Amino acid sequence: MKRIAIACAFLAAAAFAKDSCTDCHSALDGKLQAPAAAFGNDVHSRHGFTCASCHGGDPTADDPSAAMSKAKGFIGKPARTAIPQLCAHCHSDAALMHKYRPQQRVDQYELYKTSVHGKRIAEGDTAAAVCIDCHSVHDIREVKDPLSPVYPLRLPDTCGRCHADPAHMAKYKIPTNQLADYKKSVHWAAISKGGDLSAPNCASCHGNHGATPPQVGSVAEVCGTCHTLMADLYNKSPHQPVFAAMGEKGCVTCHSNHDIEMPSPAMLAGPKAVCSQCHDADSAGGKAAAQMAQLIGNLSAAMKASDAVLAQARRDGMEVADAVLQEQQANEDLVKARVAVHAFDPAAVAAPINAGLKIAAATKLAGEQALRERDQRRKGLAVSLVAILITIVGLAFAIRAVESKRENR
Amino acid sequence: MATTTITSRQRVAGWLDERLGLSSLKEFLSHKTVPIHSATMWYYFGGITLFLFTIQVLTGILLLLYYRPTASEAYESVQFIMTRVRFGWLIRSIHSWSANLMIFTAFVHMFSVVFLRAYRRPRELTWFSGIALLGLALGFGFSGYLLPWNTISYFATKVGTDMASAVPVVGSTIARFLRGGEDVGGATLTRFFGFHVAVLPGIATTLIFVHLMLVQKHGISSPPWVEQKTGGKVPQMKFFPNFFLREMMAWYAALGVLGSLAAIFPWELGEKADPFASAPAGIHPEWYFLAPFYTLKLIPSQVLFVEGELLGLFGFAVLALWWVLLPFWATNPKGEERARLVTGAGVALLAYLVTFSLLGYFR
Repeated sequence: MKRIAIACAFLAAAAFAKDSCTDCHSALDGKLQAPAAAFGNDVHSRHGFTCASCHGGDPTADDPSAAMSKAKGFIGKPARTAIPQLCAHCHSDAALMHKYRPQQRVDQYELYKTSVHGKRIAEGDTAAAVCIDCHSVHDIREVKDPLSPVYPLRLPDTCGRCHADPAHMAKYKIPTNQLADYKKSVHWAAISKGGDLSAPNCASCHGNHGATPPQVGSVAEVCGTCHTLMADLYNKSPHQPVFAAMGEKGCVTCHSNHDIEMPSPAMLAGPKAVCSQCHDADSAGGKAAAQMAQLIGNLSAAMKASDAVLAQARRDGMEVADAVLQEQQANEDLVKARVAVHAFDPAAVAAPINAGLKIAAATKLAGEQALRERDQRRKGLAVSLVAILITIVGLAFAIRAVESKRENR
Repeated sequence: MATTTITSRQRVAGWLDERLGLSSLKEFLSHKTVPIHSATMWYYFGGITLFLFTIQVLTGILLLLYYRPTASEAYESVQFIMTRVRFGWLIRSIHSWSANLMIFTAFVHMFSVVFLRAYRRPRELTWFSGIALLGLALGFGFSGYLLPWNTISYFATKVGTDMASAVPVVGSTIARFLRGGEDVGGATLTRFFGFHVAVLPGIATTLIFVHLMLVQKHGISSPPWVEQKTGGKVPQMKFFPNFFLREMMAWYAALGVLGSLAAIFPWELGEKADPFASAPAGIHPEWYFLAPFYTLKLIPSQVLFVEGELLGLFGFAVLALWWVLLPFWATNPKGEERARLVTGAGVALLAYLVTFSLLGYFR
């Protein structure tokens, strides 16, 4: 209750009382002016919080020494190691947060303490990330604000500010290529090109406030958060116990971690096949991989052929909407087959492939029929145009006959 | 004693003449004439427009056999016509193409009337009825555009009816009347269908009758410079059969163009309308509404203290009224023709329509 009362007092003060912090700092230059200039865009400012809400002091006092008096709780610039606790003062207070965001979580600080960042800060390592390193300071924006450094499209670069900096990472002896690799991945393409903000970014796999790298045993679970069916099939497959015994990181073994490429049959067979890293082409595993690649390739080729015929028919104005709709079912079968690869059993892949091939053959046939009808229409048009032309010529002769008859009269 | 042989054909003709008075019609047609001069070809466009309207009516009736005017069935019924009904694709494509060609030829007819000065006294009412028919053709286009209930037509109608709501005082009432509710939906489709197949055809048929009667009463106008050159004795050709046979040649040519367009570029059906989807990018109305559409896009949202859209609509209303009243301002109080002003206005309007339609299409 006391905290709510304090928050209400802050709001009232912001609305009616003067703010000597902003008044003075706005008149200063450079680093001392920057916080006052930026704070107008800060989400806290919009909710009535002031500089004193974090830094303490008395914003109603004109005299700087009174305004920044330790007796009035002024703490100045907080130590980096103290920042998480300072933010948590409000953000861990469920009653206070409920006033502004009823559904907002209040366990960020608890999660942070379990993270690598939080543990290092607790050990006194001031180079580890604290709240303001990710959320910025004085111009903190909501996550949904596209200008926020933690907005999905900007989050990878925010993490990369430290994790892609060799100087910063040197003492931790961890690589700095994650951001560059991630930006080659299908996940980043989904966010940046596809506009799918729900596609995975760093926080989706590592967590945000409780950020840690997934351990060997948990990688499949992490990927399985989104790729449920694949994870389920993998966990039941013969690869799971083998990879676990070898200490291999499940999904990462074939798909890598940060630079995850768009899966294709080339991963199963051919010079770039990941299967061939362990299985010889003549082994049972190698043959199964080649068979699965061929099955998927067959359906892809059949759909491509059907697509080409239907696209041509559509370009020529033929109505093939039903076939296009059916083709979506074949596409779903292709997706199912790609998922079924994670069972590492050609029979599991063959079932959706055969269903898809039937549909692709039917849609291609529909497209070909449409093209035949187009040709028929054009032939019909040619015949009609000849008939029309003959009629026009006949009319011209009729006019000439009528007019010459009159002239003769 | 001389005997006359009456053929069976003459007997039938006589029987019909006695009941229908065909000989008086024949007599009437034999006296109707059309002026002959270098611009005679422009006289054909009125007839071509009428021919395309007839095609509209015939193909429209055929479409009515299968079309269902409800939000849940409209799209599917048009799809059925296009894919399952024998020659359904041809009927629908001809209906859509002839609608567009009819509006085009109506515009050509209107501008030919302006440039040939055919609106002059005593043909003011012919001009008014013609302009009203052009307005009705645009109404046919607007109401018919929604009927397939596809994405483009849905959002174009949304934009079109939104414009109506910008009119002060009565705007929201007009928009609600057109939509049959607060937003474009099933009620709008039913309403537009009613306008398209009953209200507008009824009014159009009456007006076409009036327009033709007036043309008949006043005869076909000759341009003043032709009258001057020939001393009022402009050479004439008989309407029937000379002009009529030529007009038929034009109709057959129009039929050929129409058939070619329908067979080579069948009218697309697009995707079914989804009221919950966002409007597709780059959406624009049919070509005949592009010029005002692009003009409204160019006007800032606020001009001084007036809403931009409202200012644009007011401008169009003033422009339309000024154009309708052309026969009155085309002569000065002394009764002298303001030929340069009329030609200038016609060229300016034509240039505006062509330029802004192209800009609206490509931008």
